[in-house]
Amino acid sequence: MAIETTQVEEFDYRGGSLATRQPMSRRSDWLSPHAGWALVGAVIGYLIGHWLGNVIASGYTQVQSTGQNDVATVLGLSLGVVGFLGGVGGLNYPLAKLVGREPSFELPQHSWMRYFRMTGDHKVVGLQYTVGVLLFLFTGGLLAMLVRTELLSPTSHVFGPGTYIELVGEHGTVMMMMASSAVVGPLGNWLVPLMIGTRRMAFPRVEAFSFWTFIAGYLVILSALFFGGFPTGWTGYAPLQTQAAGGMDSYLVGFAVIGIGMILAGFNLAATIINYRAPGMTWGRVPIFVWSILATCALLTLATPTLVVAGLFGILDRTAETAFFVTEHGGSNFLWQNLFWFFGHPEVYIMALPGFGIVMEIIPVFTRKPLFAYKVAAAGMLGVALLSFFVWQHHLFQSGINPDMRPLFMLTTELISIPTGFLFLVTLGTLWKAKIRFDTPMLFCLGMLFNFLIGGITGVFLSDVPVDVTVHGSFFVMAHFHYTIMGGLIFAFFGGLYFWIPKITGKTLNRRLSKWHFWTFFVFFNLTFFPLFLVGLAGQPRRVFEYAPNLQVLNDISSVSAYFLGASFFLFIVNFIWSIYLIPHEAPPNPWNSLGLEWQTPTPVPWFNFERIPVVTNDPYHYGEPDAPPVADLGRVLVAADGAPVEPLERAEE
Amino acid sequence: MSELPTTGAAPSPTNEQPSPGSQDRTHHWWRLLAIWLVLSAVLDPLFYYLAGPHIPPGTMTNAAQGAQFDFNILFVIALPVLLGVWIYMLYAIFMWRASRGGPEPVGGPAASGHFGIQLGWILTTTVVVLFLAGFGTYELVQPGGSGGGQGSSPIWTPTSKTVLPVQVIGQQWKFTYRYPTFGGFETDQLVLPDDTTIEFNVTSLDVVHSFWAYQLGVKADANPSYNNVAYTTTQQLGSFTVRCDELCGIWHGAMYNNGVVVTPQQFQVWATATERALRKNTRLLPPYALTYVPDANGADGGYYPDNVDPYSKVQTYGAAQAGQGKGGGG
Repeated sequence: MAIETTQVEEFDYRGGSLATRQPMSRRSDWLSPHAGWALVGAVIGYLIGHWLGNVIASGYTQVQSTGQNDVATVLGLSLGVVGFLGGVGGLNYPLAKLVGREPSFELPQHSWMRYFRMTGDHKVVGLQYTVGVLLFLFTGGLLAMLVRTELLSPTSHVFGPGTYIELVGEHGTVMMMMASSAVVGPLGNWLVPLMIGTRRMAFPRVEAFSFWTFIAGYLVILSALFFGGFPTGWTGYAPLQTQAAGGMDSYLVGFAVIGIGMILAGFNLAATIINYRAPGMTWGRVPIFVWSILATCALLTLATPTLVVAGLFGILDRTAETAFFVTEHGGSNFLWQNLFWFFGHPEVYIMALPGFGIVMEIIPVFTRKPLFAYKVAAAGMLGVALLSFFVWQHHLFQSGINPDMRPLFMLTTELISIPTGFLFLVTLGTLWKAKIRFDTPMLFCLGMLFNFLIGGITGVFLSDVPVDVTVHGSFFVMAHFHYTIMGGLIFAFFGGLYFWIPKITGKTLNRRLSKWHFWTFFVFFNLTFFPLFLVGLAGQPRRVFEYAPNLQVLNDISSVSAYFLGASFFLFIVNFIWSIYLIPHEAPPNPWNSLGLEWQTPTPVPWFNFERIPVVTNDPYHYGEPDAPPVADLGRVLVAADGAPVEPLERAEE
Repeated sequence: MSELPTTGAAPSPTNEQPSPGSQDRTHHWWRLLAIWLVLSAVLDPLFYYLAGPHIPPGTMTNAAQGAQFDFNILFVIALPVLLGVWIYMLYAIFMWRASRGGPEPVGGPAASGHFGIQLGWILTTTVVVLFLAGFGTYELVQPGGSGGGQGSSPIWTPTSKTVLPVQVIGQQWKFTYRYPTFGGFETDQLVLPDDTTIEFNVTSLDVVHSFWAYQLGVKADANPSYNNVAYTTTQQLGSFTVRCDELCGIWHGAMYNNGVVVTPQQFQVWATATERALRKNTRLLPPYALTYVPDANGADGGYYPDNVDPYSKVQTYGAAQAGQGKGGGG
């Protein structure tokens, strides 16, 4: 084992020199920052902000017909978010630095309370994100079922039109916020350091901060329901946005807050992937999932700022009486549409790309073959990331803006289907003459390929301007993006959960319940959304609560299936609680016989992931060759301060 | 879906499965190609000739017909792609299952990448995609521009000499229509003559709406203070649905009405009669303009014109046939 001493980790992972640094005297556990204090901070912040808003702006905004003071709402929400982040301890480090005190450093925590705190442990953050994303997902799912309930009948109403449009907007926004972090947050944070062989994230505090902003954004967007909701859907088009009541403030602040979290998460993961790869982890050996996260990070960091800025403009329009989006006063409603979709289209790939990554990562394990066309896969995802910045105006084909640019945007939109199609080249190539095992993760991957193909192909119809005249803004679009995001991303997300939960928790999920979850999910997903293509083609616009009576049968199929779809998630929850907590079964160390570096670590993964930083010697896809060199040398060689190797301890594996 | 295996946990070896380890000499490519060719050759014409003529938005106008034709062409191209992937996946699921027991490594040529296939895939998808983009562009730049909103200065204008301008005004939550060549009267009835090129001037008084005349194959956003022009040429009699297609507030779902295409003679009768009947109201309306800005002071709840001349780009339908000297109200 000739290990060069230069490859030895230099940094002190405990956040400072051990000789000089002592932990600050720890206050008793419940007094130190945690989620409970975050809620207290949020309430205090909100009250202060609301009071401040009423003091400075009660005169002119309350005259408006809504009777709500937008300045007070916006300041309340913003300071509430600051209070939330302060309460959870997210501001301790910068504030301590600001006043010249040495910030305390983190000791390994083992109590369950660590899941309710800021923590630099990427595995804890990954689990926090998992629960957070599922919370978002189930909230959005319940709202979706309410929307479908209203659409059971073409004319009679369960909800008033105001409540209905509130539900639609809330569902869309919650789901979009969830989906933009659905994989990057949970699996990205949990897996990337293990996959690239590092002990930590580049910016652990930023990572934890991004999670707590995510939760703050969730609370802010939910608060819209208490301010009367917003009537604009998740796209928030101005000037309806400017006209809307107080819930719109929650939308704008919420998207800005979530956006800040997305930018931070993107920077942190990108910096980690670029700088913290283990020795030997060349770009040609990086797992394809890490490539997908890197491509996603490029989008998160470059596209999301536009959303934050657009949200700020919207807030100013509503509170400071500016006119960014008010045409009569020199602004333009097209400005919002451009800014929003300049973020919004890369956002679509923020959601899609990690799903590709998971599928391409999992399929080789279950086919016992190397990933087909690895380089094409990586290049394809970077190509998608690049091209996705040049397609946004296809959302505005019929808006009347830049009509002469439509051929260009039609071309770029069609071009993006080339690198997107590489997903199929890679996965179908990997299936060729394989030895396929149909375990639950593999079923989810195959289901994802089936759904995403339909989603992708219908996207080509939408990109064709003459066809788009009919399908634009109809249920066809709605079915299309549910096929790509839910059928693609959420299927891949659950495939990933089933694949990595034995690693994350050390427990095995019940096989039979997992299969039931997949089959009910797959069947009812298709039964819910496929009829909506037909409904859209038959002329039903999105976000309506009344439709043509002859479309009732198709709508009812969709609505009833949506209830079963919701029930299928319940199977997952039952399975999770049953198999992890009630009747736990220890998972074998590597149940799927994967070669991935993350599976070579002990379970549960120790606080510092790797006893010694592994030296990567091979890419993790050599399933075909029994005598291929191992993926990494994990030998535990400790190196003394002077660089001399210390007697090796027992090997980590074998 | 029922064909997919439900017992993936314990895959049972199928009869056709080649014995593990031995070199698989089955002509998988030829089989796949044959199944794919047969199914595509059967299903494509079936779709095109049976379903194709009924695909929305129908053939009521040339724009609708163009959209229907485009949809059918795209579908005929997309169907073999769908079939190709699905056949391949089903074939793989049934032919290449692992036998019971531990994982078996796949070695040899089956496990190696294939440069030719990668290149072929990339080239094929590129050719298809470029063809689709070219085809879509060709269909878009036809005279009249495929029925979509073309902004305030359309570049793909119709060839027809007589054009009936109709203004569509969206407001929460109603569409109204003004006929500038008949004195600029405003009504909530959309009546159009058959066999005529219509020029829709779409604008809004408040938020963004979208004028979607479904069977006409016309969709154009109604933006405040902005004129969005869309063309179509009617070619069938009948009624059609108009819906708002851009979320515009709580009653968005109720913002729809019906229009009708009648013979030119009937239209002429209707238009002149309505012009006469509404003369009093029309005098109270703001002068016909391409956009209207609600009075900022709200003093009279009215509109003021944006200093754009009444629209009369080509010899207009109403003016020519009604013998009016002046197109557009003033």
